[in-house]
Amino acid sequence: MFRIVKKRKLNKLVFLMEVEAPLIAKKALAGQFIIFRADERGERIPLTIADYNRENGTITIIFQAVGKSTQALSMLNEGDYILDVVGPLGVPTHIDEGVKRACIIGGGVGCAIAYPQAKALFNKGVIVDVIAGFRNKDIVILEDEFKAVCNELVITTDDGSYGKKGFVTDALKEFVDSGRKYDVVIAIGPVPMMKFVSKLTREYNIKTIVSLNPIMIDGTGMCGGCRVTVGGKVCYACVDGPDFDGHEVDFDELMLRNRTYKRYEDSCKLMQD
Amino acid sequence: MANMSPKKVKMPEQDPFVRAGNFKEVATGYTKEMAMEEAERCLNCKHRPCVAGCPVAVRIPEFIEQVKAGNFEEAYDIITSTNSLPAVCGRVCPQEVQCEGVCVRGIKGEPVGIGRLERFVADYMMEKGNIKIEKVESNGHKVAVIGAGPAGLTCAGDLARLGYKVTVFEAFHVAGGVLMYGIPEFRLPKAIVQKEIQILKDLGVEIKTNMVIGKILSVDELMEMGYEAIFIGSGAGLPRFMGIEGENLVGVLSANEYLTRINIMKGYLEDYDTPVLKSKAVAVVGGGNVAMDAARSAKRMGAEKVYIVYRRTEDEMPARKEEVHHAKEEGIEFLMLTNPVRIMGDEDGRVRAITCTRMKLGEPDESGRPKPIKVEGADYDLEVDTVIMAIGTSPNPLIRTTTEGLEANNRGCLIVDENMMTTKQGVYAGGDAVTGAATVILAMGAGKKAAKAIDNFIQRK
Repeated sequence: MFRIVKKRKLNKLVFLMEVEAPLIAKKALAGQFIIFRADERGERIPLTIADYNRENGTITIIFQAVGKSTQALSMLNEGDYILDVVGPLGVPTHIDEGVKRACIIGGGVGCAIAYPQAKALFNKGVIVDVIAGFRNKDIVILEDEFKAVCNELVITTDDGSYGKKGFVTDALKEFVDSGRKYDVVIAIGPVPMMKFVSKLTREYNIKTIVSLNPIMIDGTGMCGGCRVTVGGKVCYACVDGPDFDGHEVDFDELMLRNRTYKRYEDSCKLMQD
Repeated sequence: MANMSPKKVKMPEQDPFVRAGNFKEVATGYTKEMAMEEAERCLNCKHRPCVAGCPVAVRIPEFIEQVKAGNFEEAYDIITSTNSLPAVCGRVCPQEVQCEGVCVRGIKGEPVGIGRLERFVADYMMEKGNIKIEKVESNGHKVAVIGAGPAGLTCAGDLARLGYKVTVFEAFHVAGGVLMYGIPEFRLPKAIVQKEIQILKDLGVEIKTNMVIGKILSVDELMEMGYEAIFIGSGAGLPRFMGIEGENLVGVLSANEYLTRINIMKGYLEDYDTPVLKSKAVAVVGGGNVAMDAARSAKRMGAEKVYIVYRRTEDEMPARKEEVHHAKEEGIEFLMLTNPVRIMGDEDGRVRAITCTRMKLGEPDESGRPKPIKVEGADYDLEVDTVIMAIGTSPNPLIRTTTEGLEANNRGCLIVDENMMTTKQGVYAGGDAVTGAATVILAMGAGKKAAKAIDNFIQRK
């Protein structure tokens, strides 16, 4: 049982929780994830570790209450317990030594995962630009947090209701065209966003790391549900990832596979409505 | 005078038509009277071939003598003196190639139903409740076990009975390993598994779930924490795929994933949240017990057509005869000498059919079985919406890759010596992590052997 010590609502659907998990907090590194099960009947759902505090023995998770299991998690309050939390899983993000300038791109709730990446690099002395994209003003999250761990933050919204109007790729193109030389781009967000960022950076020949979110059960390589095609080879996101070279990932296949259980989830939601 | 009937007392079973629509246990178990009648068939041979045939050396004729006399408690004590999981073994051991395979009664007629009797005794005692647990005085030594599957649980149980303080680290949220995620409810009820695990806990075994060793703690850290020896029973985790076209289409999954969703996540129950594909036509590729489990589960989940697709013939199938028989009774169709070469999808990327090629048998290959050879020009399409790959697994690399000094062979299996010790001093291993995918009882046998070796190792120190 894992106690929730802090809960914050970041927008109408996105929640932040700080959870007591001392052993996980001790080992966690940027890029790794946990799997939670909110209650006895719940699914096992992977969430990237957004932050950790080794002294207090806590980890921070940020999630969007979209499916039944994340909704169940969002109903828990400070002082309540999450039934199961297992981690830290996956391979930590590997950034080559010698990286001087990086662009971190987050899309929607993906910003929760982009944030620890920005923080880790910024603390290492890397020049960090952050582009955080959202559909509209109402769902902007982590603005202050990002400001504290980067040299420049650009927020984009699809409808122009906040920050720059447009997509993250527009902002990235502008940065690169203005002469900023990135050693690496890290893009984390919806699969189409990662796909289009990777497409753009391939044209510019900038190394790009993406963090994938396929369907997963155990998170230790046992079920094979999270297999993704990377550079023509089948990889398991849980043990080989979740980070991969964005120029090598078959995003279209990932989008199809992520829809495997869509019709069941939709019928679940209908029942709730 | 012994009961000289050439046949075992018949095992009561659910009707095939009825059971193909539910997840309740297929074989419902002997009554007291049936058990005592079957026990009378045992000749109590002096040379006890059955005991030698059992990987955990259950004193079979002795417990059967007690069953004959109706002393079920005594029978249970005899079984559990060498076997920590009798209700599990009575159900899933391949007795036909072990104890029963060498039974003298099997020379003329059917062997004694040893598995059925073992199951009866365990079920009888669990039903009755208050199984007396004799806690052993602590010897002050600590041992860590990685993985709460059959190998780890057996090792833990044996060491606890010797007075060791044993902690088992399990990656999943519940203990049991393949007994929980792999073998379906209709073959091995999960409540039974949990009852046998509870008995181990009552013996003093501590089980910590949600602990992925290699991630949250390393083997070396466990050593630093004061565990004097470690047993690795992490199983054969990684599912194999065929590497054919279309394998990542929606609707192609490993048997591990399909069974995990249904079993441990209880996807077959309406009020659990984990989704399971509602398939109409399913092809299960493979011929082992896992393939049978996946096929029979698919039928119970409502599939109209379920095929077993296997490249050799039924004679070479590694599945137990009983499982094959049950699967056929339930309407599973067996496509033998058939191998998938391609999976085809619709415009949404969902499986719509597989192309199969016919095979014929050639000369024996390195496995000793006839090598399947492709028959040219005999491809055909089979319409299915789900393909389940049950063609084996390889050991999980998480521990091997995070532990210095732990060597594995080219198949990723941990290398152990004749005492089950790995290439790292004080670290033992057994079960599928060492052998690659095998059976529950072989894993238990390995756990037992390792427990003995660990005891020697610590006592000699």
